[in-house]
Amino acid sequence: MSNTLTLNGAVCTFTPGETILDVARRNHVDIPTLCHLKDTVPTGACRMCLVEVKGARALVASCAAPAGPGMEIETESQRVVRSRKMNLELLLASGSHDCLLCPASGDCTLQALAFRYGAGGTRFARRRPAHAPDASNPFLIRDFSKCILCGRCVQACKEVQVNGAIDYGYRGAATKIVTRNDLPLGQSDCVFCGECLQVCPVGAIALADARKKPRQCDMTAVRSTCAYCGVGCQVDLHVRDNVVHMVTGADAAPNHGSLCVKGRFGYEFIRSPERLTAPLVRRDGELVPATWEEALDVVAERLGQVKAQHGADAVGVLTSARCTNEENYLIQKFARAVVGTNNVDHCARL
Amino acid sequence: MDDVANADVVLITGSNITENHPVLSAALKRAVRHGRPDGHRARLIVADPRKVGISRHATIWMRPTPGTDVAWINGMAHVILRENLHDAAYVAERTEGLEALRDSVASFTPEYVAAVTGIPAEQVEAAARLYASGRALIYYCMGMTQHVSGTDNVKALANLAMLCGNIGRVGGGLNPLRGQNNVQGACDMGGLPDKLPGYRNAADASARQSVENAWGTVLPDTPGMTSRAMFHAMETGAMRALYLVGENPMVSHANLAHAEACFDALEFLVVQDIFLTETAMRADVVLPSACFAEKDGTFTNTERRVQRVRKAVEAPGEARADWEIILDLANRMAAGWRYDAPEDVMREIARVTPSYAGITYARLEQEGLHWPCPDAGHGGTPILHAEGFLRGRGLFHAVDFVPPAELPDAEYPFILTTGRVLYQYHTGTMTRKSRGLAAREGACFVEMAREDARDLGVADGGMVRVASRRGEIVVAVRVSPKAMPGTVFIPFHFAEAAANRLTSDAADPVAGISEFKVCAVRIAPATADSE
Repeated sequence: MSNTLTLNGAVCTFTPGETILDVARRNHVDIPTLCHLKDTVPTGACRMCLVEVKGARALVASCAAPAGPGMEIETESQRVVRSRKMNLELLLASGSHDCLLCPASGDCTLQALAFRYGAGGTRFARRRPAHAPDASNPFLIRDFSKCILCGRCVQACKEVQVNGAIDYGYRGAATKIVTRNDLPLGQSDCVFCGECLQVCPVGAIALADARKKPRQCDMTAVRSTCAYCGVGCQVDLHVRDNVVHMVTGADAAPNHGSLCVKGRFGYEFIRSPERLTAPLVRRDGELVPATWEEALDVVAERLGQVKAQHGADAVGVLTSARCTNEENYLIQKFARAVVGTNNVDHCARL
Repeated sequence: MDDVANADVVLITGSNITENHPVLSAALKRAVRHGRPDGHRARLIVADPRKVGISRHATIWMRPTPGTDVAWINGMAHVILRENLHDAAYVAERTEGLEALRDSVASFTPEYVAAVTGIPAEQVEAAARLYASGRALIYYCMGMTQHVSGTDNVKALANLAMLCGNIGRVGGGLNPLRGQNNVQGACDMGGLPDKLPGYRNAADASARQSVENAWGTVLPDTPGMTSRAMFHAMETGAMRALYLVGENPMVSHANLAHAEACFDALEFLVVQDIFLTETAMRADVVLPSACFAEKDGTFTNTERRVQRVRKAVEAPGEARADWEIILDLANRMAAGWRYDAPEDVMREIARVTPSYAGITYARLEQEGLHWPCPDAGHGGTPILHAEGFLRGRGLFHAVDFVPPAELPDAEYPFILTTGRVLYQYHTGTMTRKSRGLAAREGACFVEMAREDARDLGVADGGMVRVASRRGEIVVAVRVSPKAMPGTVFIPFHFAEAAANRLTSDAADPVAGISEFKVCAVRIAPATADSE
């Protein structure tokens, strides 16, 4: 039999090894997921991606089930929808899923699916949180009352960043995502790459100061390149009212969504009150504010003087590995074509 | 970077990758721990005096005494040649100078290597066999280059890579990890005294001619000075004025006392930066620039991938993008330049720089391109030398072991090595403004082995005075299993206890890189009466 199956009545081809979910996504059929994390081993934990396969006794977790020849798959049948809705009601009753006070509102998969399937969170009595939130570090808050135990954070830590700082702990209703010895994150092996923050589908992991910022859905993302090391991670700078409030990893080469602690959390310098905001010129031994006109005139004049008296090679230019290509190009062009010296170098040697 | 998954073996040396290139380290750890979907996994060799985080994932972790790298690398080449583990077909077809290499490594027996480096002979043999067992990729960083033998270290690694046919191959290669976002681009653009944009020699009249035609000007034919030579010239008075952009040598230079004297001797200093750095405080004119989030442009990463930087917010106050500042200044000095936006500059870069000729902002919109990208239809070049080496055949270089310029002695008994920590970056001008990062790692420390702390009579957290022949600082002790007995580590981020007060500015004779990784220090408890 050829490698084809039908998906909601449409014939689709597949490559052996693909899951039903892979085939659906490739064909723009939207099967909802909560626990599925790209490039990790599927766990089938959340049961949201259940689909109906003709002839199968039970509903099938499409993230883990391999596509098979001749399968007839329904992704939104009555049975599937009923199952998803029940599942959502149970998740909504499992903790404090209160969208009004949640920093993830607008970017929450659980919220979006509750809306999509009309699950109001009123069917079952809400459970009381079993674990207190962890705010032991300057970067992240773990609010266990919002955790749906999908395990994406565990997979991100173990399989994507390969840090292994967190895992499932305890049993049954007391199950919790824990660090080694259940220490607070701030005292654990965690290196605060924030991969878990980025993959959390709900508001269980949030920025420590999320309440002081706009919600992510109220910000505009600007794609750029991280300015720290030479890896060149692709980032989204989340901006509102001329302020970068948050940085996330973009799903593109070379980082495929990942970042490190500096790239993700080291952006406060951008609006530091210590930033230089006006040119300074030394007068009577003191650096005092000046206009651009004044400052650049001093520079042009003094460089011109040194060149006239001692030759162009008495001037040196150190360009910067922190600046853009365009700027480096202009700065070396300035040294060579305007000052007239090859004395141009930068800090590659540091 | 994705190519690491295709390697059979990865050798990483002189790189604390989990702290300095964390995202790349994740790819490496995935390749070693989880492998590709088809089950292929890489095995890892780490060579580092410090028990760096990545060593946890290593099949073999070698611990050389700092500054003895040529010895163990030559030792591996020795074993590979002795046991005929090299790729003879590749060597015959694509390289030359094998006999010179054979002669030069003949004396580097595993026993000799063990005596020089402290790495057990059988471990050198095991590493050589593992390295030669499949397609092998090498990562190295400043732990290789910041030595008086830095160039030799890299040549020795290149020998190893060519010997096993690993250059220009998928899953192979010799890959330097760039420490800063755009070191690669600054070099590509001609931010080097001897190179015009695209690495054409400034000394070559025909290369100059082509740039002169593009710029409509005459270029200087006198050789330029490296930053190291510039500092020397500042001291002697040959250099009178310095225009410095986005760098903080008053924290980052080796031997700060010397750097200070050099700056003091200058007639005129301009610093263009986003903060009033320790260096800017010495300037005659300080020009406020925009940071990366406040301007458009491109950075080129460590794998030669040219990627877009986009303006997200306005610069504070009157700060302006570096390109605008230099444009304005050039025109004040009668340059007659006309660029309306960084994209105009990129168009000129593409015209002037053959390796960037096919790069446009439109093509970078979705994702980056690896140079060489010679024309608009070219898809970029992720792997260099795939079709052969630039010079024709790869040349083996005979390199001999040269010890560091300053070794420990009775007066200064410890080796000091310097570097970065995960939560800070370089001179800390950016990262130290982040409260979260500062809370994780806010002050300087000296990392030392338990036995050294015990011998000195100091406890974890206690303050010590660390002194070299060039200066001294007071820092807290951090007892750590990372430290090799006899060698201490101090991060260089912290201006108030600057590690570079201690470091030596002895330098590699070719690259001019200072020996940040080895100098001799003495350590004593910082008690009140020693103040």
